Amino acid sequence: MSERIEVDVAIAGGGTAALAAAVALKRAGLSVAVIEKRVCGAGASGVNFGGVRRQGRELVELPLANRSRLLWEGLNEFLGEDVEFDVSGHIKLARSDADMAELERYAEAARAYGLDLTLLGANAVHAELPWLGEKVVGASLSPTDGQANPRVVGPAFARLARRVGVIVREHTTVVSATTTGHGFEIEASGGLTVTSRYLINASGAGSNLLAEAFGEPVPLTPLTPNMLVTEPLPYFVSRSIGVCGGDVYVRQIRRGNVIFGGGKGWFDADHTFARPVSEQSIDGMIRTLQLVPGLAEARVIRTWSGVDGQMPDHIPVIGSSSTTPGLFHAFGFSGHGFQLGPVIGIILSELVLDGRTESPIEPFSITRFVGDAGEAPRFAGVTGESAEPPAHVEH
Amino acid sequence: MNATSSPRIVVVGAGPAGLRAVATLAEAGLKPTLIDEARRPGGQIYRQPPAGADRPAEALYGFEAGKARALHGLLDRLGAAVDHRPETLVWNLFDASLDLLGPNGFETVGFDRLVLATGAMDRILPFPGWTLPGVYTLGAAQIALKAQGVAIGRRVALVGAGPLLPLVVHQYLKAGAEVVAALDVTPLGPKIRNIFGLLAEPATVAKGVWYTLRNLLAGRPIRSSVRAIRVEGDGRVEALAWTDAAGREHRIACDAVGASFGLRSEAQLADLAGCRFGFDAVTRQWIPVHSAAGRSSRADVYLAGDGAGIGGADAAELQGERAALALVEDLGRPVDGGRVADLERALARQRRFRAALEAAYPFPTHIAAAIGDDEIVCRCEGITAGTLRRTAIDRDVAEMNRLKALTRCGMGRCQGRVCGQAAAEVLAAARGVEVEAVGRLRGNPPIKPIAVKEALR
Repeated sequence: MSERIEVDVAIAGGGTAALAAAVALKRAGLSVAVIEKRVCGAGASGVNFGGVRRQGRELVELPLANRSRLLWEGLNEFLGEDVEFDVSGHIKLARSDADMAELERYAEAARAYGLDLTLLGANAVHAELPWLGEKVVGASLSPTDGQANPRVVGPAFARLARRVGVIVREHTTVVSATTTGHGFEIEASGGLTVTSRYLINASGAGSNLLAEAFGEPVPLTPLTPNMLVTEPLPYFVSRSIGVCGGDVYVRQIRRGNVIFGGGKGWFDADHTFARPVSEQSIDGMIRTLQLVPGLAEARVIRTWSGVDGQMPDHIPVIGSSSTTPGLFHAFGFSGHGFQLGPVIGIILSELVLDGRTESPIEPFSITRFVGDAGEAPRFAGVTGESAEPPAHVEH
Repeated sequence: MNATSSPRIVVVGAGPAGLRAVATLAEAGLKPTLIDEARRPGGQIYRQPPAGADRPAEALYGFEAGKARALHGLLDRLGAAVDHRPETLVWNLFDASLDLLGPNGFETVGFDRLVLATGAMDRILPFPGWTLPGVYTLGAAQIALKAQGVAIGRRVALVGAGPLLPLVVHQYLKAGAEVVAALDVTPLGPKIRNIFGLLAEPATVAKGVWYTLRNLLAGRPIRSSVRAIRVEGDGRVEALAWTDAAGREHRIACDAVGASFGLRSEAQLADLAGCRFGFDAVTRQWIPVHSAAGRSSRADVYLAGDGAGIGGADAAELQGERAALALVEDLGRPVDGGRVADLERALARQRRFRAALEAAYPFPTHIAAAIGDDEIVCRCEGITAGTLRRTAIDRDVAEMNRLKALTRCGMGRCQGRVCGQAAAEVLAAARGVEVEAVGRLRGNPPIKPIAVKEALR
């Protein structure tokens, strides 16, 4: 069985960013095909923790995260489905004075990007959140951050994409991709050939394969967060919780289940399937109880993991290829792409349609991993407007 | 496996299959570890009362008292040859190790060879009133009697779709309980038509006939071909209403109902082990595939008993022994070929019997098809059949794991053990496809809930 599809834009990957791009491009009048090796939203988009936060991000991500936050505000209406977006606020906890100093530095730096954080000392944080454990010595609160249900978001984007006329092919794996005189020819499993003018590489933990095929190998490694969920409990964890160091995170959904995580799961040789690791789950329970002792009697009903792609500098690759005109990358979200997904779709569509985007994406260029990128041919006209000074603060 | 030390062999489940397996392994000079959730061996079928509340085996197990006594005594007889680990949950299986939660907290145990004898539980289908307090499964009604010496109520109605029904009716009558109704939702015809196949195990048929006659004499004949059932009550069970074969409505006051619709294999560990599963069209469920000797698709994992397809207690004992012999053989040790041949003949007879039994008690498709839109299918998460049907169509869901992701059905405490098969029936019917086409829920650890505080021990 063989089939040929000819489209303006081919997208490898069926996660939130890929599907959001597909919707935007289709609505702009282009024909679009999405190729997903499993089912849409089954990868990192669908099995992540569900944090919709700006606090704690690398500062260079904040302009994108700010723009995405606006999209989250209207996401239910946009998708026609309830994605359970809950502006619970996100609180980042300090467990030492050094942690608190880090939170203070970050709050100061983030203000320049329009992110207002409230610093709380030990007395204030325990007064506001009396269920926190004694280990907590202070906190930084981002009241406009929150959480959403990742299992719903990806599939909802996939349904919207289909409704607007995007061709979505699931259980279909990209076998090879090459340039032609007019664009790309993509061979996929099941005898499918897609020819396109543009190609978007948003295939998550497998994105280095396509990048390498076009001469841009990247040090992308699998990231597999180890996560757990309890039975429903009376609602009391009123803020989504993170910590300095990132070794534990906790949130409770309104219906009662407490979701928490920390540590890393196991992943297979193909970087496709992940499984939780028991020692990591048990360590996660211990760390979580230090933060929220009231969870002692709660029962864990499920643990899971999923595969995301991680870059050495923990920020994604977003933007045009440095070798191949018409090729765009969006991957390596390093465990915090859920909040960004909607805006990445918009940015990708802008790059395809206009050759440029209003968001400052230079820090995410793939060239930062390519030694001779400066000499490589570049797709004409792609520049990012830099609204803010590039900055990088470790936290 | 380390060639210089003896192989680490673990058997999970201390029911008839697991107990026969460890006995066979011990006789072959191996020292198996036997892990079981219960305090005392026996499994569900030969469950023992708590120590100190013992009653005569005859009272508890009837005709099977001899088998029960033999199995209960096995571990005492084997002594130090078996490392028995009671009250221990295997909550995860990863690669070649098991994660345990026992009296001393968490522990990880590696294995070179593993026998999974994880048993079965009742198959549940929703019907009006099924979540009311006072509604139990038939299995639970039996456990209350065997383990606690109590009935589930004073006026008890029992409903079933399998051979467990006449047995529980008999046990309840014998215990002096008032059984106000005994309803079989499967028709009588197939039982008569399959009598020759059933006679592959004449002793078992004789027992069934005996139970039926005793129930008859006690004034509690089982009514077959029941079309629909409904439990009524305000906050708890007050009555059972049903529609008989002729379409007549009946209603009888009661304070407890035991109802289930056959059995389902508890195969979560085989799933986590990565064993290949196949759909068994007769019992309408996914089971881990295995050879007649009990070898799974994974070289170091063996399957025996109801956890690998419903076969009953007698078949489970045979399978436990056969799988253990396969394991011994695979270790390159000698086995008694005559014994293997005897077991395979007996197992073949059991398979013929089981095929006839399943035909005699066909899956009650009419009960599954009648699940109303307002009926809760997933009681952990409170998800109704109507939600499942709407999601199947409006959100184009064709597969169980996607249904779970979008509706939370199967995402709660039971992880789909209770609702999974019913949800698959609802999804398949809504999509107009065969039930096997919607697949099965993938397992995740823990296979049963574990308290967060266990990590602090």
